[in-house]
Amino acid sequence: MRLWMIVLALWLPFVAMANEAKPVAEDPVTEQRMIKLSENLRCLVCQNESLAGSRAELAQDLRQEIREQMRAGKSDEQVVDYLTQRYGDFVLYKPPVKPLTWLLWFGPFALLIGAVGGLYAYIKRRGNRPVDEPLSEEEKKRVAALLGNNGNKS
Amino acid sequence: MKRFLIPLGIFIVLVGFLAIGLKLDPREVPSPLIGKPAPDFKLALLSDPAKHLSPADLRGKVWLFNVWASWCASCREEHELMLELSKQGVVPIYAMDYKDQPGDAQAVLNRYGNPYVETVVDLDGRVGINYGVYGVPETYLIDRNGIIRFKLTGPLTPENLDKKILPLVKELQQ
Repeated sequence: MRLWMIVLALWLPFVAMANEAKPVAEDPVTEQRMIKLSENLRCLVCQNESLAGSRAELAQDLRQEIREQMRAGKSDEQVVDYLTQRYGDFVLYKPPVKPLTWLLWFGPFALLIGAVGGLYAYIKRRGNRPVDEPLSEEEKKRVAALLGNNGNKS
Repeated sequence: MKRFLIPLGIFIVLVGFLAIGLKLDPREVPSPLIGKPAPDFKLALLSDPAKHLSPADLRGKVWLFNVWASWCASCREEHELMLELSKQGVVPIYAMDYKDQPGDAQAVLNRYGNPYVETVVDLDGRVGINYGVYGVPETYLIDRNGIIRFKLTGPLTPENLDKKILPLVKELQQ
């Protein structure tokens, strides 16, 4: 009898949890598609959150809008177009390549090429410096003077 | 001496970029709707739900379209200035009550005064989405041909009214 009660008591949290986890939408396929798409879209209210993760009211409305458009048979591109027409490229976490964003897309590579070029020129210049050339008489005298004439007068 | 000038120059340029970056407001998202026709709608009036208004009814007029809500604190901030502007009679202000209880909105207008020629009600925020509304208050300036010429995100201030909106209104009314 006692064992039964313990088992029942242990079972209770699971039952409670099972009640909480209701299906997200009637259509899990659309839901998956919507989440996948909106993960790459920015929420305009909480700008560091994706549209998929934000609890802002506008994000909820936009997710609902995306769901409805997907159910109506719109492609992912059409849905994204719908959003960028209203909110601009700002909603895209991956902005399109166009003259305005060239600096954004290619700037880092240009910087890298410039830096590598600079490094190459620097190394080359250093490499050309004569290393094995023997010291001239003048230089030997200076070395001796600087080292403080430690007996070894030449 | 010369070798210190290059890092110093780079440093100054970097500080310049960072200083500009500090002053930019990330909340100000440029609207892609500028220069495009104002999205169409047909919404019920707050004053009389049996009557409707759409942008086509306002063709031939330069008008301001203010999106607000009774639950929005910064809308209350700009309310005084809206009243003043409407008294001046330079440009008619139409409004959209965004995702709100019409009763609450009417109560605000009754209590603080009504600067709007008409207010339409966007209960579910659908028209708001079409206008790219993401944070009320937002104000659009629409020209005679129904083209959006300017969008202000955030409350109206004497500064942006005098410097941006009113000069543009004058220009469009000519």
